[in-house]
Amino acid sequence: MLYRLPTTLLTLALLLVVQGAAAADVQVAVAANFTAPMQKLAPLFEQQTGHKVVASYGSTGKFFGQINNGAPFEVLLAADDETPARLEQNGGAVTGTRFTYAIGRLVLWSRQAGVVDKNGEVLRGDSFERIAIADPKLAPYGAAAVQTLRALGVLERQQPRFVTGENITQAHQFVATGNAQLGFVALSQVQVDGRITEGSAWVVPAHLHEPIVQQAVLLTAGRDNPAARALLDFLRSEPARAMIRRSGYAAE
Amino acid sequence: MTITLLGLSSADIAAIGLTLRLAAATTVVLLLLSLPLAWWLASSRSPLRAPVSALVTLPLVLPPTVLGFYLLVLMGPDGPLGGFTQAMGWGLLSFTFTGLLIGSVVYSLPFAVQPLRDAFEATGRRPLEVAQTLGATPWQAFRSVALPLARPGLVTAGVLTFAHTIGEFGVVLMIGGNIPGRTQVVSTQIYGHVEGMDYASAHTLALVLLAFSFAILLALALLGRRRMRVLP
Repeated sequence: MLYRLPTTLLTLALLLVVQGAAAADVQVAVAANFTAPMQKLAPLFEQQTGHKVVASYGSTGKFFGQINNGAPFEVLLAADDETPARLEQNGGAVTGTRFTYAIGRLVLWSRQAGVVDKNGEVLRGDSFERIAIADPKLAPYGAAAVQTLRALGVLERQQPRFVTGENITQAHQFVATGNAQLGFVALSQVQVDGRITEGSAWVVPAHLHEPIVQQAVLLTAGRDNPAARALLDFLRSEPARAMIRRSGYAAE
Repeated sequence: MTITLLGLSSADIAAIGLTLRLAAATTVVLLLLSLPLAWWLASSRSPLRAPVSALVTLPLVLPPTVLGFYLLVLMGPDGPLGGFTQAMGWGLLSFTFTGLLIGSVVYSLPFAVQPLRDAFEATGRRPLEVAQTLGATPWQAFRSVALPLARPGLVTAGVLTFAHTIGEFGVVLMIGGNIPGRTQVVSTQIYGHVEGMDYASAHTLALVLLAFSFAILLALALLGRRRMRVLP
């Protein structure tokens, strides 16, 4: 029996290699705010191409550190355009593969009905104790929230009420658990199939802040993986873009 | 002057101050709370002993961020604690120093109770019984026999609680809201620097934290040894 073990193992290994060649895996690092749409996009992509998506969700800043230290990610879907550009410069990403896959929409949201009015007038008053935002230094949505408050001329009035989440997921959590009465979150977090399902919200007009441009890039580790390039092509396709728009983003 | 030369920002310095205050407050509150609890666990024959002992150890099981998330829910308007504090007119405890203190006490509870209980158990009942036959009341026996004998356990509990709170991260991250001067501690500040790709600031602050903590722990260890030598 024993002498057969190496043969069996070899056969198994060969099988795995053969399978790998037919349908490859692609390791994707995905910005936390894009979690929900990615979970819908991945099965679509797998159906179309036969490749398999292995997705990790987290903050773009953390991924940047990990990629620079040898993380095996092959594609990055970032929360900004700055990080993919920096990776292109330092050799972490393949030059010329960068493109905008989604443009984030900011929304002022409360889980209670009637707290946030249709024009965001609530921001001019003092009717609430705390307002949650994502850290403006770390998260593009946080920076956009601060720009919006400044554009409305109420930044100084509301700043003492800030509670800051390290990313947009945590800002949403503060509002969803009621610990903050309202907060700036991503439209994609509160919108299901094109509708805001709970509480009250004001979708911030895009001209009040700089666009939240989210870019994807092929990482150096994925240079020779056809599945990685296929995923990037898929994200540019019309069905994928329609899905991204329904999830609460603008997509060119 | 020397501190600014180290490259620390004013937010970094505020975070260091807050961390020290939180660690000190947690240590004091937790020792006061753990002394009777550990004594009871070491000496009681109640059937509740085993379940309470298990309960005290539970904070070790949950990952800190998960523990922090449930504290956030507990302190929120739907949670029993948040409902209570709102009814009392105190508002919500999340994003306040008191909230962080409660979180730290829960998070470090096993680190304070275990060494104390072990110390009380090691003493055993015999010295106390002797003291009582010599006419001491139970309280006198505890004060002048059990407590001095448990001093190494007390020092260990204090050191562990202090150090554990200095390094606390997940709980604060979840219930703190990162408000400078109020809930922004050193660990979340370092994390913020790393996330913001400002590695130089992260390195400086981490180095300060490590050097400072090492100095405190070393001092306490030396102090603990000297005290133990004085004991007969």
